[in-house]
Amino acid sequence: METELIRWIPLSPLLGFIIIGLLNRQLGNKLVGLIGCSSVGAAFIIALSLFSTHVLAGEEVLDNVLTWISSGNLDISFAYKLDPLSGVMALVVSGVGFVIHVYSVGYMHGDRGYGRYFAFLNLFVFFMLTLVLADNIVLLYMGWEGVGLCSYLLIGFWYEKKSASDAGKKAFIVNRIGDFGFLLGLILLFWSLSDLGMPSLSFDKIKPAVSQLDPSTITIICLLLFMGATGKSAQLPLYVWLPDAMEGPTPVSALIHAATMVTAGVYMVARMHFLFDLSPVASSVVAWVGAVTAVYTATIALVQNDIKRVLAYSTISQLGYMFIGVGVGAYAAGIFHLVTHAFFKALLFLGAGSVMHALGGETDLRRMGGLRGKVPWTFWTMFIGCMAIAGVPGLSGFFSKEAILGAALGKNVGIGALGIVGAGLTAFYMFRLLFMTFFGTPHPALPPEGGGIKGEGEKHAHESPWVMLVPLVILAFFSVIGGYLSVEGVLHPFFGAEHPAAEGEGGELVMGLSILMALIGIGLATYLYVMKPGIPQFLAWRLNSVYKLLLNKYYVDEIYDALIVNPIKSISTMLLWKFMDVGVIDNLLVNGSASVVKFFGRTFRRIQVGNAQAYALFIAIGVLLILGHFMWR
Amino acid sequence: MIGLSHYLILAAMLFAVGTLGVLTRRNILIIFLSIELMLNAVNLAFVSASRFLHNMDGQAIAFFVIAVAAAEAAVGLSILIAIYRARGTLNVDEVNIMRW
Repeated sequence: METELIRWIPLSPLLGFIIIGLLNRQLGNKLVGLIGCSSVGAAFIIALSLFSTHVLAGEEVLDNVLTWISSGNLDISFAYKLDPLSGVMALVVSGVGFVIHVYSVGYMHGDRGYGRYFAFLNLFVFFMLTLVLADNIVLLYMGWEGVGLCSYLLIGFWYEKKSASDAGKKAFIVNRIGDFGFLLGLILLFWSLSDLGMPSLSFDKIKPAVSQLDPSTITIICLLLFMGATGKSAQLPLYVWLPDAMEGPTPVSALIHAATMVTAGVYMVARMHFLFDLSPVASSVVAWVGAVTAVYTATIALVQNDIKRVLAYSTISQLGYMFIGVGVGAYAAGIFHLVTHAFFKALLFLGAGSVMHALGGETDLRRMGGLRGKVPWTFWTMFIGCMAIAGVPGLSGFFSKEAILGAALGKNVGIGALGIVGAGLTAFYMFRLLFMTFFGTPHPALPPEGGGIKGEGEKHAHESPWVMLVPLVILAFFSVIGGYLSVEGVLHPFFGAEHPAAEGEGGELVMGLSILMALIGIGLATYLYVMKPGIPQFLAWRLNSVYKLLLNKYYVDEIYDALIVNPIKSISTMLLWKFMDVGVIDNLLVNGSASVVKFFGRTFRRIQVGNAQAYALFIAIGVLLILGHFMWR
Repeated sequence: MIGLSHYLILAAMLFAVGTLGVLTRRNILIIFLSIELMLNAVNLAFVSASRFLHNMDGQAIAFFVIAVAAAEAAVGLSILIAIYRARGTLNVDEVNIMRW
């Protein structure tokens, strides 16, 4: 079944990017916002209609736009494919993307780079939709790199701020490390398939062929691909870029660094599930990395004081859950959590953006408080978001997290236990954030850092305009009902029957445990931050070393600096710059060839005497020599 | 009997005289005359070769050389006057600023 309509899902935002990018100044801000939103909205409507007519009817639809590369036995087409997995992803990307575009109209109002912002955001949506709808792994890789580029551009959106441009570079470089692995995996996959006489890169053709590959080759391919996923989806050990990425505008954090781009790794593993199924080693690596990351970053999130950084660590932690899901073979559960997470984490980020909007850009939780009455809409929607992520029964996060934990416990008790501990931590830090922001009293005693303008905001904290509140309400709505969308039901046939439904053995135990952990976390947060607000300081003082360790994020950035960044820097300085570039290239090659020319020039300019007769004499001697040569040869 | 070689030897001698004049004289006007001498030596070679080999090409070229020599004389003399106006001398040793 083919239809040409699919291409318009990604191409519509691309069109938006081209129009806004080229005519940014001529259009004016109103029109830019309109085009930016409507191009993504159109993508969502097309995706929704195709999804309901084809995917729900059990059809897979292919749209071959053009043959991209055709060389020898390598044949890559620029083709989009709509199946249950890519359909769900396309809906999430375009749907949440549309909502966040609308929110951005309010949030970025009056920013100098308004047009640039919407152009980049549209470009991002194009690349992300290309990534999820790609029919072959090379096109997926193109989207993969494209979203990385947009992420870089948007993190460093306020490029005049050094920390923002540094964060952009950090994100790009760390992602490059992962992408290197991804590319190697891709090449190895194609190579080993070619050896079998089945050179192919499209998922449909790889799938039947992989069973003939050598098991150890499959494991290496999977691990290399997963290395790409750890970079893009911010897992250990490459997660360090995501917290810094919060330097970008908040809607960007919501769209790229929470809802969509960072989930690309999860999507990729789910997309290549037929490969990971064949390698138990790689799968358990995925699950363990996910589990350890989930708990590890949750502990960091406990003590962070920047509202966006708490959310960033929470995102890494939730991505860990998704990797647990896809690692233990519960692909549908992992994608289910991806979908619900997209709703509630986008909601939480947009809520945080609304709080910052109200406070004039303040992000420090210690200088917030008592905002409940001033920004009621933001408060209630964020409250819903917190309940959803904490896993309060009935909300979306509960269902998806429970599905993952059930599958994890069925596979490996250790992973399941880590997941359950992480669930408790999640509930605690999310409600800590909620209470510190909206409850208690403001803390005017703390002097504002870096100038008084920031601190001024609190006095006239105001609710955001409706264009920002409507997206919050929409996302809150989906955070509540997301669990009832039958995402797993749509996906199960796609991933095949070998993956049992998540609610396997001990389903009730898991449910009980996760509810218990959520309640403990929420209860503890309530106790510490609402009832006895003095205790956290006391605990921080009492457990000073632990607190310092967590506050400084386990000093991982410092360790990376010492172990990797600085050695590379000094090698670059000493060997590549001072020796190779300055010594060999500049001095030996460039200046060297110049001085050879100079030497000959200095020697032979002596014959330029400026006397016409001398030149005539040279000519005469030359003629005589030639004549002599012909006469006496 | 006077043959072609006599004419060619005479032409070579004239050419050598002209060349020596160009190389040794210091006055630009004399150098100029020496160049004319060289041209006429060549003319002599052409014409005599034409006569002895029964081929008119040499004579035709001799006319070309005469025409070119006339043009060259016009240009050369005007350069000579320009040099004299600019530098006040016709000594080639004093016209030597075009050097390193």
